Amino acid sequence: MNLSVLQSGFFGPPGALVPDPVLEIRRLGKSFGGLQVTRDISLTLNAGERLGLIGPNGAGKTTLINLITGVLMPDSGTVYLNAVNVNGLSQPQRVKRGLARTFQITQLAPTITTLLHVEMAIHERNGSIGNLWRSVDAYPEVRVEAMSILEMLRIESLAQRPPITLAYGEQRLVEIALAIALRPRVLLLDEPMAGVPERERHIVLNALERLPPELAILMIEHDMDLIFNFAHRIIVLAEGALLADGSPKEIRNHPAVRIAYLGLASNPDEPMTTATLDRR
Amino acid sequence: MNAFMRIKAAPYLLIGLVGATIYFFFPAQLPLASRIATLAIFVMSLDLVVGYGGLATLGHSALFGTGAYTAGLLALHSTPNPLLGLLVGGASGATVAALSGLFVLRYQGLTFLMLTIAVGQIIQNIASKFRAWTGGDDGLSGFTTAKILGLATFDLQGRVAFLYCTGVLLICLWMMRRLMGSAFGLACIGIHQNRLRMAALGTEIQPKLLTLYGFSGWFAGIAGALSAQVNQIVGLDTLGFELSAEALVMLVLGGAGSLFGAIAGTALFTTIHHVASNVDPYHWLFVIGAMLVCGVLIPRERWGALMRARP
Repeated sequence: MNLSVLQSGFFGPPGALVPDPVLEIRRLGKSFGGLQVTRDISLTLNAGERLGLIGPNGAGKTTLINLITGVLMPDSGTVYLNAVNVNGLSQPQRVKRGLARTFQITQLAPTITTLLHVEMAIHERNGSIGNLWRSVDAYPEVRVEAMSILEMLRIESLAQRPPITLAYGEQRLVEIALAIALRPRVLLLDEPMAGVPERERHIVLNALERLPPELAILMIEHDMDLIFNFAHRIIVLAEGALLADGSPKEIRNHPAVRIAYLGLASNPDEPMTTATLDRR
Repeated sequence: MNAFMRIKAAPYLLIGLVGATIYFFFPAQLPLASRIATLAIFVMSLDLVVGYGGLATLGHSALFGTGAYTAGLLALHSTPNPLLGLLVGGASGATVAALSGLFVLRYQGLTFLMLTIAVGQIIQNIASKFRAWTGGDDGLSGFTTAKILGLATFDLQGRVAFLYCTGVLLICLWMMRRLMGSAFGLACIGIHQNRLRMAALGTEIQPKLLTLYGFSGWFAGIAGALSAQVNQIVGLDTLGFELSAEALVMLVLGGAGSLFGAIAGTALFTTIHHVASNVDPYHWLFVIGAMLVCGVLIPRERWGALMRARP
């Protein structure tokens, strides 16, 4: 744990010096046949931190998310949630321990209304999802909480509409509402802007700003404007390995990143090497 | 009509009204109506798996037949108490569903469909081999049913049987509506529509489906037990593939995913079956076939337009 903190050169947000990370992965590796898609990746995520994850297509970003959530099992390395090794736990068990995610392509039940979606997430969190007899309409406190989450995201007007009638950006908000309803400690946002048309962007941006400040967030995104504004820290993946890790400013000026990903020429006047990163 | 259906007790009142009409004005049709009520419970139990859980099965009669044979054996060897017969029949259906579900529910789609057929065939073969217990091809008979609630025995006109079947249908409908209106039912619909989403919400998918399948087996077993008690004979056809397939047709006809649809589909199919086979005992299947082809070939929008065109 300490090792990776030193490697990243990050000491948490103000007021949280050397915090316990809510999510930590150590030396994670995964291959599909002969193709190694994740190579020896370590990172930590602290409460309240906004961590950006970028990398070209095929860099292994979604595989990393799948390894963290438990959809895939790693070949090597360990995932810790709240300092507990969760390698042997299934995805639902990890969700119960405070790990929520959204999907790159929205995943919702097409005909279940927005409100019932959120209520379902709350029932899941409360354990009342297993109740076989009591009507879903007979939980006034769940309904109130679900409505308050929708109001927080300013989508209370969508409450009675099912996803098939919603615009893509609105569906994205429903996914975020579901994640909030689970009251996670860690939230993984897999490309929240993907497929969202220009005119709906502001809806998603507003929602992201309203996320609880104590929540630890790992966001994958190809939208550089968004991620450089949103993240406190950014890590760059390339070919399954960690290429760089630093503040948005550092990443913007990182020569290897500029060449590999941002599509800019590395600036010879202002050389940024790994050594200079370490000094910070 | 819509406003009426929104009243909580409306569906039960509607069924009661139809039942009363048949009882008082069409007494000759009581045996047919009893059969519809029994099959409707079975088709609703199929709806839990197909319509709500999203798992198409062609082996559901295995659960129906197990309930029927269990209730028959119970009446023959132990007690003719009808309510006990229903409970034990339901329990046996649920047990078979749970045990087979442990294995078959690991699969989806065509694989699941094939496995359910296989389970059905296995159980039918077991029933056929154990002649000493089940009567084999001759069927299980010679058992009687005691007075319903200690009040009345089955009469020749089928009045008591009809009231009994309708009563059980109403209770089963009520229980299934509660079940599918609960948070559990909502989660099952969620699993049907998007498993990825439900896993991301923290839902354990297999246990949920197993519970659903178990309840479906329970209601299918009750339907089987009811049919055994009313007919006083259980044949191998209660375990057969044909019954599973017909039930699926009834469900699709009425609309999978709706319990009332299941009842309506059963009533429609069974009535047409009855009328058509009276008119032409050899070619009645053509009528059913033609009806299904029309139902599929005419697109939904056209049906809607036809309905609207009428003043």
